[in-house]
Amino acid sequence: MTTVDKTSPKTSISKIYMKYIINLIGVAAVYGIVIFLVQRGIIDSYNLRILKSAGIFMIAAFGLNLILGFTGQLTMGHAAFMSIGAYFSAVMTQNFNAPFAISLLVGIIAAGIIAGLIGYPILRLRGDYLAICTLGFGEIIKVVIQNIDYVGGARGMTSIPVKSSFMIIFFCAAACFALLRNLINTTKGRAIKAIREDEIAAEAMGINPTRYKMTAFILGSAMAGLAGGLYAHFNTFIDPVTFNYSKSFDMITYVVLGGMGSLSGTVVGTLLLVILPESLRALAEYRMLIYAVLLVGLMIFRPSGILGTKEITVKGIINLFKKLGGKGKTTANNGKVGE
Amino acid sequence: MALLDVKGLTIKFGGLTAVSEVDMEIGDNNLVGLIGPNGAGKTTLFNMLTGVYVPTSGKIEFSGERIDGTKTYDITSKKIARTFQNIRLFKDMTVLENVMTSLNYQSKTNLLDCILHTPKQIKEEREMEEKALNFLKIMKLDGKANELAKNLPYGEQRRLEIARALAAEPKLLLLDEPAAGMNPQETAELTEMIRWIKEEFKISVLLIEHDMKLVMNVCEYIYVLSFGEIIAKGEPESIQKNPKVIEAYLGKGA
Amino acid sequence: METLLQQIINGICQGSVYALIAIGYTMVYGIIKLINFAHCDIYMIGAYAGYFAVCTLRFGFTGTLLFAMAACAVLGVTIERIAYKPLRNSPKVTLFITTMGVELLLQNLIKTDFLAGPNTLAFPEIFALETYKFGDVIISNYQIISVLTTIVLSILLQLLVKKTKVGRAMRATSFDRDAAALMGINTNKVISITFAIGSALAGTAGVIVGLLYPKLTPAMGVMPGLKSFVAAVLGGIGVIPGAMVGGVLMGLIETLSKVYISSGFSDAISFSVLIIILLVKPTGLFGKNTREKV
Repeated sequence: MTTVDKTSPKTSISKIYMKYIINLIGVAAVYGIVIFLVQRGIIDSYNLRILKSAGIFMIAAFGLNLILGFTGQLTMGHAAFMSIGAYFSAVMTQNFNAPFAISLLVGIIAAGIIAGLIGYPILRLRGDYLAICTLGFGEIIKVVIQNIDYVGGARGMTSIPVKSSFMIIFFCAAACFALLRNLINTTKGRAIKAIREDEIAAEAMGINPTRYKMTAFILGSAMAGLAGGLYAHFNTFIDPVTFNYSKSFDMITYVVLGGMGSLSGTVVGTLLLVILPESLRALAEYRMLIYAVLLVGLMIFRPSGILGTKEITVKGIINLFKKLGGKGKTTANNGKVGE
Repeated sequence: MALLDVKGLTIKFGGLTAVSEVDMEIGDNNLVGLIGPNGAGKTTLFNMLTGVYVPTSGKIEFSGERIDGTKTYDITSKKIARTFQNIRLFKDMTVLENVMTSLNYQSKTNLLDCILHTPKQIKEEREMEEKALNFLKIMKLDGKANELAKNLPYGEQRRLEIARALAAEPKLLLLDEPAAGMNPQETAELTEMIRWIKEEFKISVLLIEHDMKLVMNVCEYIYVLSFGEIIAKGEPESIQKNPKVIEAYLGKGA
Repeated sequence: METLLQQIINGICQGSVYALIAIGYTMVYGIIKLINFAHCDIYMIGAYAGYFAVCTLRFGFTGTLLFAMAACAVLGVTIERIAYKPLRNSPKVTLFITTMGVELLLQNLIKTDFLAGPNTLAFPEIFALETYKFGDVIISNYQIISVLTTIVLSILLQLLVKKTKVGRAMRATSFDRDAAALMGINTNKVISITFAIGSALAGTAGVIVGLLYPKLTPAMGVMPGLKSFVAAVLGGIGVIPGAMVGGVLMGLIETLSKVYISSGFSDAISFSVLIIILLVKPTGLFGKNTREKV
């Protein structure tokens, strides 16, 4: 059902753009279906809220997947960049009456700049040491915010106006998805993946690892910043503890469970892990227990994530239907099969 | 003027001198062998040529330019490319992507082009793909362009490494034991390939190899390294007869 | 001056707890290169096991300590066998997520009414608190016992690792697991022993914390766990004496910065020290620098 499509050299530019238009229609169709279900009352306002929250974390998780799944750099402070985005955009809205788009933009840029400042010294560290440093920075950012009275310190910020509609969240997520999907099949994307695969070989082939790690880190963190801005204007309340390291861990889980290096995997992983605890609500106190058991079980039986590095594509789905219809031809499967 | 001119190249790790006072010259379109017992410092020499290690003293000139101390990732644009003794492919990327990665340093697109897939980017991508496919064809791998590198059999992985290095369009290609682990037939094919590459692309090749048949067969000039020092150099015939070389390989009294 | 001395003593006490937990992190990392995030909850379980030993089984201090150590050792080995072993050859992050899953599991297991419930429990006094005054400096018998326990266990562990056959097998396995297996070492057993020892030490830390700060909650392991982990990295992860020194340093930095700089920024200061040390010496204070062979 999944293919990594490689356009043959002969494909014309118009044909390539045609493919993008088809994807765009696909995205619009998904949006239409959700809205239809909402209007029919099949998705009630409570469930819509869960969907919105999943969409927000999905955006941050996309950014994390770029850093973790595609570049291979383990970062444990991703939620801190969400908090930067959330605080900057909330301050813009509340204290400067800025339009929502500007607030979000300020949040994105702030997260990107701080990621650049932090990333420059620490991205030369490898593996677990990088992970620990990012964890440390995440906690430092939390403590710093806790001590800034201007933004309410440990009490947080309250009554931020609700501006993150489902439409905005949905299309932001779709845009981030498209951005990354485009990026990874280009020179820059290949450089990033090469660093994940073998940093020494990548360097020998003319790739400056620090530069591309920085690119990925800044871009990924900026997405977390966007998600933070959306979260602030969705939840109306933010405090530093909302974005502590356990939130970072949650997002790592979304990415790894979905499949590192698979964007559709992140979609599946985030939806599953945001919705699962909600649907277990009836089990009351055993809810998180069962969630934890399922999580550990899934990791043991599916170590490379639900989708591995495969992607779900429109073409793949069409081919799946063809296959189910018994018409035969299976697609060339290019994705990684779980080991 | 020589393409590569190495003078008095020395590197010390702590108290250990791994490579000592090495002089080496490689001309244009030459096929040069570098042989020596295990641990002689051959790969260390490669690592200095490609900027992985910074030499303690001595100088490396390439095309008349000092390159010692240049960062590894900048060496590619100076037109030197290498393969690795222990295969270092991008395992979870396709064969084609592996080769295309070496073309990166020539890319003229910026991040925005890549994100938006502008016509410029699409055009460049297509050119790169064609170029890369061409290199795959040379190494007889074009039929496997869309397979993951890790799924190739061993011999093909070795060839893919050469294709990837070649795609960087070097003037000097460094091959670190390309025939290691290959069977005699594969080695024979590889020998022909190396010779053909040198003629076709008019490049120089520096080859580390333990397979003496391959080295003697293909190299025009040979350097012998033992305990970090060049103990002999010359044409294959003279090297084969050199008592110092025989001693280094087989020990005294052999 | 006296307050400084007092704070140093308090810092060392706090640090000895961190050191005990940090040893577990560092041993497990040394042997299978895994950051075991569930380790902090082993420590939490250790505290609860101690509570159970005192309140239900009516054990004395030594009995309680041994009971908690045994319970944690069994738990640690079980977790390793069930959850980590099948993933030993998977990507590192997968294993890492699994440890977080186990962490969640343990916390929520304790939270159930079937076990301890979500509320805070007060750790009972095993023996009477006594304080001794030296000038203005006050030391309690609890503090003395906790530091002594840590010192004794650290020495025993060092002897085990350096002088015994098991210790040699552990060092060999941590150096190169495949080569160790080829030399006839049962690496699975060695890994189990490592988990058992690390967990037992975390259990000890749980009981000691029960003495010093007698409040038990299911999430009590999280912050000390994080700090001990930082301590392990500070000392050079994989190096046991490094974890001990790192733990004590961490305790001192935390206590002193709380008193002399700012209580609000104390955590930030601890993490800043960590980051600065990693940037200057990327493998921690006592870590060996290994370079990947090209």
